[in-house]
Amino acid sequence: MQKSDIANSGDYEQKNQFLNDPKIRSILYQILTILMIGLLGYYLFSNTVQNLRRQSIATGFDFFDKEASFEIGESLISYSAADSYGKALFVGVLNTLKVAFIGIILTVILGTFLGIARLSSNWLISRLAAVYIEVTQDIPVLLQLFFWYSFFYDVLPSPREALEPVTGVFISNRGLVFAVPEPHPAYKYVAAAFIIGCAAAWLLRRWAKKRQERTGQIFPVFISSTAIIIGLPFLTWLFSGAPHKMSIPELSGFNFQGGINVSPEFGALLLGLIIYTASFVAEIVRAGIQAISRGQTEAAMSVGLRRGQILNLVILPQALRVIIPPLTSQMLNLTKNSSLAVAIGFPDFVSVASTTINQTGQAIEGVTLIMVVYLCFSLLTSMFMNWYNKKMALVER
Amino acid sequence: MDKSGKNNIQSEGLKAPVVRISAFQWIKTNLFNGVFNSILTILTLIFLYKVVPPFVKWAFIDSLWFSTAQACRDGDGACWSVVSSNIRFIMFGFYPHELHWRPLLAMIIMVCLLVYTKNRNHWKKSLVYIWAAGLVIMGFLMKGGLFGLANVESDQWGGLPLTIMLSVFGMVAAYPLGIILALGRRSKMPTVRTVCIIYIELIRGVPLISLLFMSAVLFPLFLPEGITINKIIRAQAAIIMFTAAYIAEVVRGGLQAITRGQYEAAESLGLNYVQKMRLIILPQALKIVIPPTVGILISAFKDTSLVVIIALYEILKTTRTTLSDPAWMGFSPEAYIFVALIYFVCCYSMSNYSRRLERELHS
Repeated sequence: MQKSDIANSGDYEQKNQFLNDPKIRSILYQILTILMIGLLGYYLFSNTVQNLRRQSIATGFDFFDKEASFEIGESLISYSAADSYGKALFVGVLNTLKVAFIGIILTVILGTFLGIARLSSNWLISRLAAVYIEVTQDIPVLLQLFFWYSFFYDVLPSPREALEPVTGVFISNRGLVFAVPEPHPAYKYVAAAFIIGCAAAWLLRRWAKKRQERTGQIFPVFISSTAIIIGLPFLTWLFSGAPHKMSIPELSGFNFQGGINVSPEFGALLLGLIIYTASFVAEIVRAGIQAISRGQTEAAMSVGLRRGQILNLVILPQALRVIIPPLTSQMLNLTKNSSLAVAIGFPDFVSVASTTINQTGQAIEGVTLIMVVYLCFSLLTSMFMNWYNKKMALVER
Repeated sequence: MDKSGKNNIQSEGLKAPVVRISAFQWIKTNLFNGVFNSILTILTLIFLYKVVPPFVKWAFIDSLWFSTAQACRDGDGACWSVVSSNIRFIMFGFYPHELHWRPLLAMIIMVCLLVYTKNRNHWKKSLVYIWAAGLVIMGFLMKGGLFGLANVESDQWGGLPLTIMLSVFGMVAAYPLGIILALGRRSKMPTVRTVCIIYIELIRGVPLISLLFMSAVLFPLFLPEGITINKIIRAQAAIIMFTAAYIAEVVRGGLQAITRGQYEAAESLGLNYVQKMRLIILPQALKIVIPPTVGILISAFKDTSLVVIIALYEILKTTRTTLSDPAWMGFSPEAYIFVALIYFVCCYSMSNYSRRLERELHS
């Protein structure tokens, strides 16, 4: 009502009001933003097109099918220099995932251990953990990678004088070699049995939970599922002939033959990433445990729960709600930091992509690929996070 | 003032009774309470006994501090000479030898600025001007070219001053950008919000190294023919872009912590958007996020080490160059320990300060 009064009161006010109307202003600002970004984009794009034409650099992703003609030091799938760039890049992605996967598992184990040690009532242990956390957090991860890499090359002896801390494990400047069981068809069945065992344990858990809800009877889920998961593969192994021949590394010439070899590059990368990230995980775990007040434990005790049940039913569900979100972001950090492999020569995705850029000269495609791949990792992680947060959200009235 | 006085009285009232315990009792309660802890303590002591004395012997007793590389190769201990013989190259890179006092002075100015800023009584508007003047003087000392100081091109900059400048200038330039991005992300205008969200999430989703690659190989393509920008400036731009996204998220956290009432009160006073933000919201929000901002400064400081990969001569690269000299090859643990010590001292003092600040601001 009042608005229309003002609007009628004169030309000047009408104009003024037009510009002061929040809606119109917001539209104006938005048009301005789009225009500015569009202009900037157009400017960069036209420059780039001109530069590319001048330097006669090809565009597009045609190089995917061309022969890569560079070797990759280690690969999960068979790869040779005659394969295409596309395959080389895929090898790189697999290597990045390998580092991330093994790294994350070991980091969580070490980090949890350190986080608990930090809270230990033992003064010596908690002090040592604190020193570890403080020191490794404050040294750049790249420096740590260089340090471990130089440790492999400058400090460790040659394979001839390799250290053997445990029988069958050799550490030298060619990396770490350890004995593994020799390939045998029985191991395939064992792996299958393990997967079946896990599925069976999961079904058992569901059934036990339902039965408990219905009848109140408790089924010893933990013991029985452990028995299934360990016992089933063991029985399979036993019945398929119990193969126990080991492939033991032996020195021949300048290097070891047999066993599994962890290259110095991979070893240094993994060591650096784990040691660095574990200290952040330790802080997260500590905060998560401290977030649960002592009253929760006491309340659970007074309800009559056993120690294992208290941990499983009361403490962990609450602590994990605090721990998991920052933990996933640390895992993502580890994955992103694994791109530093390029500095010590481990063929991860960034390293393969940068070789591709150097050979084809197609920098735009190369850098875009790097960004897209890592964005996919982040998007997958944040999708998982959203799903988890929804699942774990406090149920409030 | 008033507050701290009140706290004192409170804490005096709550003070626990003083209990004197003997050293033996302390050891018993802290190291040997229970079987498990006793075993743990003994195992740890054995581990320390195995590790610490050999390390001390290597690092301090058998070590050589100011010797030739040959003497080092004959000895058993640590060869700190690799650092002491090359200290000027490690610290300043290819900066002209006779002009090393300039980056040194610049670093001293920086340390003085940081020490001055530490004191919360100095947090006034004048501090901003002091910092601006300090940074200009530092840049001038590094670059020269005026008042009779010889000009030093920025591709000759290197070592620790480069590390510090990349992180501090990056932080200073990224802060306003981060605030704008944070405000944009909370804006009611859908396009502005979308643009800001895309930028922040894109940058946070990729590793810094991909941005540095971008600065090394893509930025030259973006510019019109004939215009070239120095490599250091390009790397600096990448670091600013990267840091801004993280600052934006921290500032957004601060903005979210301000209650609706503050916004409404500012609006009811008739303040427009800029006034509302500048006078009411941001001063409160930024105060909340000071401790996490120091955290970002620490990670920016650590992350500048990544410019090694695009071959800028910051402290890690100068160290590696020293180590690739045949005379000093093989002494990398010593050199890396030295650089690690520099990083540790810087980051530890910053993180310690941030923790203290958090406590002080919290109470």
